[in-house]
Amino acid sequence: MFSDFDFNVIWRALPYMLQEGLVFTLTLTALATAGGIVLGTLLALMRLSSLPFLPQIAAGYVNTMRSLPLVLVIFWFYFLVPYIGQWVLQSDRPIAVGAFASSLITFTLFEAAYFSEIMRAGIQSISRGQLMAGYALGLNYRQVMGSVILPQAFRNMAPVLLTQTIVLFQDTSLVYVLSIPDFLGAASKVAQRDGRLVEMYLFAAAGYFLISFTASTLVKRLQRRIAIIR
Amino acid sequence: MNYTWNWGIFLEPSPEGVGTYFDMLLVGLKWTIATGACAWVWALVCGSLIGVIRTLPNRWTVGFGNAYVELFRNIPLLVQLFLWYFVLPELVPASIGLWLKQLPNASFFTAVVGIGFFMSARVAEQVRAGIIALPRGQSMAGLALGLTTAQTYRYVLLPMAFRIILPPLTSEFLNTIKNTSVALTIGLIELTARARAIQEFSFQVFEAFTAATLIYLMLNLLITAAMRWLERWVKIPGYGQGK
Amino acid sequence: MSAMITLNNVSKFYGPTFQVLKDCSLTVAKGEVVVVCGPSGSGKSTLIKCVNALEPFESGDITVNGISLKAPGTDLPKLRARVGMVFQHFELFPHLKITENLCLAQQKVLGRSRDEAMTKGEMLLERVGLSQHAHKFPGQLSGGQQQRVAIARALAMDPIAMLFDEPTSALDPEMINEVLDVMVELAREGMTMMVVTHEMGFARKVAHRVVFMDRGEVVEDAETTSFFTEAKSERAQLFLSKILSH
Repeated sequence: MFSDFDFNVIWRALPYMLQEGLVFTLTLTALATAGGIVLGTLLALMRLSSLPFLPQIAAGYVNTMRSLPLVLVIFWFYFLVPYIGQWVLQSDRPIAVGAFASSLITFTLFEAAYFSEIMRAGIQSISRGQLMAGYALGLNYRQVMGSVILPQAFRNMAPVLLTQTIVLFQDTSLVYVLSIPDFLGAASKVAQRDGRLVEMYLFAAAGYFLISFTASTLVKRLQRRIAIIR
Repeated sequence: MNYTWNWGIFLEPSPEGVGTYFDMLLVGLKWTIATGACAWVWALVCGSLIGVIRTLPNRWTVGFGNAYVELFRNIPLLVQLFLWYFVLPELVPASIGLWLKQLPNASFFTAVVGIGFFMSARVAEQVRAGIIALPRGQSMAGLALGLTTAQTYRYVLLPMAFRIILPPLTSEFLNTIKNTSVALTIGLIELTARARAIQEFSFQVFEAFTAATLIYLMLNLLITAAMRWLERWVKIPGYGQGK
Repeated sequence: MSAMITLNNVSKFYGPTFQVLKDCSLTVAKGEVVVVCGPSGSGKSTLIKCVNALEPFESGDITVNGISLKAPGTDLPKLRARVGMVFQHFELFPHLKITENLCLAQQKVLGRSRDEAMTKGEMLLERVGLSQHAHKFPGQLSGGQQQRVAIARALAMDPIAMLFDEPTSALDPEMINEVLDVMVELAREGMTMMVVTHEMGFARKVAHRVVFMDRGEVVEDAETTSFFTEAKSERAQLFLSKILSH
């Protein structure tokens, strides 16, 4: 019951929660977003290209990733990455990969599939006339994409990309299944050590809510501003 | 790679004593489908209700609906499941809390409720968007004929809104199925948990995950095909052919 | 003649400063046809939507068949059921077949049986010349046909008056007459009608009176012949000279 709700539990755990847990979560979110958007944009360009096989490969990758639960993908890479490392480095045994590196690779590869769908929609929302105008000026494919199409696509899609980043931020809590001390993992560790599940999980929920809600409110404001500019 | 493949593992008897490793996966699939389907029904019912009240010309219902959506959207599903599973029984009166803890299949019910509420916020967003996408004249025409507000929603707005949002609802349904795997953290032995268990018992990790991956892919294809069929079935001749 | 629709000093604001309707007053007697015209943005569409409370208004009152819209306890769905309305964009329900569009409110609001509603619907469809389209969906009909169905849908409720909100302005020119013909016939049968339209030919032919609106005000309210020959206000004269010059 609420009567024995102990704020001191939270207070004592706060430094650990923020310095270890939250820093892990935010770093993972930021790096995976950056990697995911770069890889996702490449996948989108592959998917829209007229070269043979590239669109099929990109579509196969994106659709497979989007069909799988993130938890399963986390397990997949957790076990697979050491073997890939072994293969890449030509060593004679699987490479031990740290928890952070493993999660970062997983989230980058997984979220790239979702970012690629957003970027594809963004690119397709730019009229063909833009492409033609670019080519008519003598630009090549790279230049047309890099300076005409992609900047517009990024601008149009900025709110959606940011919303997906908030989803990614929440998704990182699933590294819990690997017993990694992210924000939730840290809360869980303290909760189990001190036997204070109620306090710690409510605190974790409040933390996630505060960050997600603030971020999504800002995104909504940005969306309105973009809508006015257009 | 010095990994020893053994695809025959699925035909070997499982450590549970009954059936093979493959049967283990199938039981997991059954729980995945059961949890996903029940949670989806829950999400559809709550989400539709919340979506509708957010479009009513009433400050209080709109405010309540917005708060509901923000609450369930801004907390990760895993954390929400922990709240339902670990925290709720401690916050209710002791006798109810005890009953909750001793409930058979507690992780299944918790998963249905938790995933249901989590997804209902997304469904509510879609339903609201579908209603708003309709021309304003449609509700006026309904009211002008003397239909009450409830009748206007029931006979005029919702039949069209649901058709419009069928494609996004399909992907939300698929998300619901995928999200059931999060419930392995509260002890639901669904498909992913089964694959993980095979890995622990037999060390044939990649065979187990490959099998689970293929099953998820097939489930996805099946549901997508069924929903495409449903879309065609409820399609209205002459409407939206410009696409 | 007794009044069917009366507007008394109706005012409406969008936000604190912008006034869409300024003290509008007018009366439509039983059996009378009144055309409301005026430049776009003059508030005429808003005004006619106020008549069956589809648009709220801040001050003044409207009575329909003796019932005040502002009086507490007025059953708006019931009142609206008795007043037919035709919209600029038809607003047929795209997911329902033509017959279902005609039957829906008859069954749900008036409580008619399926058979009664169907008989009524078929009769009206016959009347607007669209019997052979009964089992199609709205999207499969042309604009003119859809608008005739919309009129039939309103008539199926046995209305005591009909409101038309620019019924022909979303139509291609070649379809305007098929809709106007139905409306002329309706007027000749003695239906009480309030019509917002730019079709001055229609007004000349059947309207008893013409109301001219500009910038949210009723500027002129005159008998049809005198409106066309000796409009008093400058604004109405200007409007007429623009609209009749071709």
